[in-house]
Amino acid sequence: MSTLEIRDLQVSIETDQGTKPILKGVDLTIESGGIHAIMGPNGSGKSTLAYTIAGHPRYNVDGGTITLDGEDVLAMSVDERARAGLFLAMQYPVEIPGVTVANFLRTAKTAIDGEAPAIRGWAKTVNEHMDQLRMDKSFSARNVNEGFSGGEKKRHEILQLELLKPRFAVLDETDSGLDVDALKIVSEGVNRAHETSDLGVLLITHYTRILRYIQPTHVHVFVNGRVAEEGGRELADRLEDEGYDRYLTAQA
Amino acid sequence: MTLVDTAPSTPGSAAPIQTRSERPTSFDPADFGTPSGREVNWKLSDTARLAPLFADEETSGAVEYDLSALEAAGVLVTGDDAARGEIFRPEDLPSAIAWKRSETGLHVRIPAGEVLSEPLIARLRGLGAGLHGNDHIVIEALPDSVATVVLDHSGTAALAQNVEIIVRDRATLTVITVQQWEDDAVHAAAHQAVVGERATLKHIVVSFGGGVVRVNPSVRLAGQGSETALYGLAFSDAGQHLESQVYLFHEGQDTKGDVLYKGALQGQGARTVWIGDVLIGPDATGTDSYEKNQNLVLTDGTRADSIPNLEIETGDIAGAGHASATGRFDDEQLFYLQARGITEETARRLVVAGFLMEIVQRIGIPELEERLAADIEAELARGAGLAPASKAGA
Repeated sequence: MSTLEIRDLQVSIETDQGTKPILKGVDLTIESGGIHAIMGPNGSGKSTLAYTIAGHPRYNVDGGTITLDGEDVLAMSVDERARAGLFLAMQYPVEIPGVTVANFLRTAKTAIDGEAPAIRGWAKTVNEHMDQLRMDKSFSARNVNEGFSGGEKKRHEILQLELLKPRFAVLDETDSGLDVDALKIVSEGVNRAHETSDLGVLLITHYTRILRYIQPTHVHVFVNGRVAEEGGRELADRLEDEGYDRYLTAQA
Repeated sequence: MTLVDTAPSTPGSAAPIQTRSERPTSFDPADFGTPSGREVNWKLSDTARLAPLFADEETSGAVEYDLSALEAAGVLVTGDDAARGEIFRPEDLPSAIAWKRSETGLHVRIPAGEVLSEPLIARLRGLGAGLHGNDHIVIEALPDSVATVVLDHSGTAALAQNVEIIVRDRATLTVITVQQWEDDAVHAAAHQAVVGERATLKHIVVSFGGGVVRVNPSVRLAGQGSETALYGLAFSDAGQHLESQVYLFHEGQDTKGDVLYKGALQGQGARTVWIGDVLIGPDATGTDSYEKNQNLVLTDGTRADSIPNLEIETGDIAGAGHASATGRFDDEQLFYLQARGITEETARRLVVAGFLMEIVQRIGIPELEERLAADIEAELARGAGLAPASKAGA
């Protein structure tokens, strides 16, 4: 049982117009097995939260803490966080020319586990997971994210989630740009990871659509860099009917 | 890498610095002055270290040849049959001297219709620093033949080299020149090629080792429907100067050219020079041409010159463009890899190796691809202790 705890997190970025505060005191506690949907309008700071947890250098932490079972996550480098059990499925995975998926996956698995996976068993494991995500075998020989369609990129992110077996996964708008079939396949992957390893999930999304396939245990509404409301599944249903207007009106 | 591509050009919009097609040629070294470093084709070159190649003198025994693979394949021709100069015209002093003083006259001819699946590898080993050598090599692919010829350089010498490449109608030829010289080698090579009707030339320059290496390929797409892919890969360490001046002339109709040169630089004084001239002639309607140079700066203290030129003399083309980009690591690529638990150092090595492997993956000879991948790893291991390029740099 692990706990990812975020306390009074304040984050800013540097822009041409100067320092811009994005997160203004975020509190969140996620435990193993929990599925937390983070919902909110564009620009509310959802993705900033995702990238700050992962340690992207663009985001400055001005105050607050992130801890994983009491360990100070903010003191860790990006790769240390991943090795500690945090995973970020990115909204816009980057292309890495000349690095094949097979090479990348093996290198990442070796880094996370601290030892190289057994060659034969590994290839079989990768193939099985690729099958489940309806990814063609030829994927292994392609360069990371190069020429991938939007759906292929997202499947590749979930493939990594299943293979690397983190303790907590942040999914940053994994549903964006997916058609219904791809959304189902990707959601099944997340559900598998959740069931097999008691994964804790932070599911960042603008829309309620993905919540038909991945059942959240908690729903948090993000507005203007803060958690504006929290609840269970029923809160998502209400958002589906009413949208974010009432939060934005209250704010104005 | 942080890449800032220049916008692709549209017909008639690009102006060349100098019209490349009007460059003077001569077989007589006396017609070329000793390069001062101010000439258009020498101004970015290391003329001081290339100076041994400016001496018009008797030379012999600088380079040892292992041609066993070519002999076994029966593709070497000798005597009166081995004519040279059908298409080659020296354009600078070392090339004119190499023409005049050439001792070997290596002549490779792929018979008509012959399809050779095994690459023909010629191994050239320099026998001593400062030993002056001069070479003129002819590689000729007769109609409908398919072959790959590799010139594999090692050891050390001061070598001026001409490579005359003739791709007859409908032939498919791949020429790969690998420079894995020792640190004190000096090498100036002029490759000149003509490609016939519906023929294809793939030409790849790989420069890893050597003090100063200047390999200048010049390709004329003469025949209708002819194609060429000109690829290059350079890894320049401290004190190395690796240069390619590429010239692609679309002369015939419906020709296709793809130029991609990549460089990585690490260590104090590491230098690369790339000049890419593309000329689309007045009769070259239907031309499709693209050239790109990308350099990855790994440490401070390096310099990459990158100059693309595009000259278009007909309005009726399928497309033409060029791009040049020199930059440091792309932080987003490093972040992506690190977010998967990979350490920063390993992530850097993966990104650089990947950047260069894009060319290696196009070679199509597994044995050579594996060797070059290992060479890239060795180069990166050599640079492991060096501080990465500062963020403001590049």
